[in-house]
Amino acid sequence: MAKVLAADEVRALAHLARLEIEPRDVERLAHELGEILDHVACLGEVDTAGVEPMTHAVAMTLRLRDDVPGPCLPPLDGGVVVPAIIGGD
Amino acid sequence: MDDLTALTASAIAAHVRGRALSAREVTDRFLARAAQSNPVLGAYLLLDADGARVAADAVDARLARGEDPGPLAGVPVAVKDVIVTRGLVTTAGSRMLAGWVPPYDATVVERLRAAGAIVLGKTACDEFAMGSTTEHAAVGTCVNPWDPSRVPGGSSGGSAVAVAAGAAALALGTDTGGSIRQPASLCGVVGWKPTYGRVSRWGAIAFASSLDQIGPMATTVRDAALALEVIAGGDPRDATSLDQPAPSLLDALDHGVAGLTIGVPREYRPDDLDADVAAALERAVAVLRDAGASVREVSLPHTRYALPAYYVIAPAEAASNLARYDGVRFGHRAADATTLEQLYARSRAEGFGPEVKRRIMIGTYVLQAGAYDAYYRQAQQVRARIRGDFDAAFTQVDAILAPVTPTPAWPRGASPAPLDQYRADVFTLACNLAGLPGLAVPCGATATGLPVGVQILGRALDESTVGRVGAAIERAVGPAPRAPWPAEGGHP
Repeated sequence: MAKVLAADEVRALAHLARLEIEPRDVERLAHELGEILDHVACLGEVDTAGVEPMTHAVAMTLRLRDDVPGPCLPPLDGGVVVPAIIGGD
Repeated sequence: MDDLTALTASAIAAHVRGRALSAREVTDRFLARAAQSNPVLGAYLLLDADGARVAADAVDARLARGEDPGPLAGVPVAVKDVIVTRGLVTTAGSRMLAGWVPPYDATVVERLRAAGAIVLGKTACDEFAMGSTTEHAAVGTCVNPWDPSRVPGGSSGGSAVAVAAGAAALALGTDTGGSIRQPASLCGVVGWKPTYGRVSRWGAIAFASSLDQIGPMATTVRDAALALEVIAGGDPRDATSLDQPAPSLLDALDHGVAGLTIGVPREYRPDDLDADVAAALERAVAVLRDAGASVREVSLPHTRYALPAYYVIAPAEAASNLARYDGVRFGHRAADATTLEQLYARSRAEGFGPEVKRRIMIGTYVLQAGAYDAYYRQAQQVRARIRGDFDAAFTQVDAILAPVTPTPAWPRGASPAPLDQYRADVFTLACNLAGLPGLAVPCGATATGLPVGVQILGRALDESTVGRVGAAIERAVGPAPRAPWPAEGGHP
């Protein structure tokens, strides 16, 4: 029997995720999310005692860049002029 | 030349640099093919014919002045719509970013342009690259050019289709769990996911930051290598890019595979493996043996945990990355919200599609206090085990050969349960979790003509060996032919 989330749990998650959900979607999500969580639960079978969690694909030190100014937006009246990025106008 | 769109990117660049062809005539011909095929195939969300012609004329002007425009001179390129392009609407296939015009080029786009490539337009993808069919998108329908009733794969479906149909000579995709290799395989083209950190992601719209990688899609291994040489290399603007020079790959492709040991993981050959996929794998094994490689079985014992580990880690990172779409700073904003809280929740509900919401909610679940250790931390530990499997295998073999997809392209609109859809990536995810390079190459077809590929996985930063093996398979099997749909001027 697949895991099914409680309706309250789905609503609480949606709130945490800042997603408005329709009442009619709660039951569907309760099943879908439950099924996925059920599937990933098998991760618990793996013996991970003493295994360092892998947080990134390669062990690396994040690179730093030189602290030099690059090209900047043109200044205007104490502010800067930005290009239009929404709707093109 | 009869059909410029049948030329490889390498040939185009050579002809343009040698002034046997102009960048403008190449660009015009590809634009015409893109415009003619797009109503049927839907590879492009946006075609920038004017911008492409301006760029092509600039390449021709440089040549006329005796300058070298670069190794991709005049090569028409399609860019997946999760990679930002200055002045060209970039939506990530989402309603959330409808109409968004980026004020800058991603590093990879900047590098392509600096090498003389011509950006033709932006290609269809699953929303925020979350999907395996290019069906999870707010706009557009993208279909497989070998059979339009079937999916092209995803999430870089549009890029694969554009290359397969001759509507671009090269394309960029992104691969978080297989999104370059899987559509490449289903559409009969080459797709290359580089080592994590090999290619700058500055300007790639983030999905899962510990997994995402940009890579090339092309008709030949050589073309993909040419593009990878151009886009690879550290970038001060991406702190996760490796401080490594771009690899030199083209020479290695001719070295052959004599003396190499190739491993085939037994976990990637389940008893119920699709017959056509199994046949492609056997074909590749035979070809590599004939070419002098030794092929042996290896084991990657934690393979069955790759799918669940991925579906904890990727959604967790997605939930975090996509928190920025709040209706305030950019993106879709709900019109009728009365409180700030409602503005966030409603803008996100209206802007995101169902698959993206599902993953955000899963990610939110596994990051909750109380679930974090059991799910997220455990998945990260399992990820280390998966990487350990590969490290052990690579003490015995130089590269790994595996299937790309469980089946050839499947019918569109099948819309199985989310978990069944996720299983389409079962053979590609582990490569991302381990951060390794993976190259998908065509390796034959089904009886009905659908392409089937295989993938080669290599040690971190060893794109060179991966490319050698891919090129050897390609030499023996031949690249997949041009996809039949749509025929020039009509249907096949």
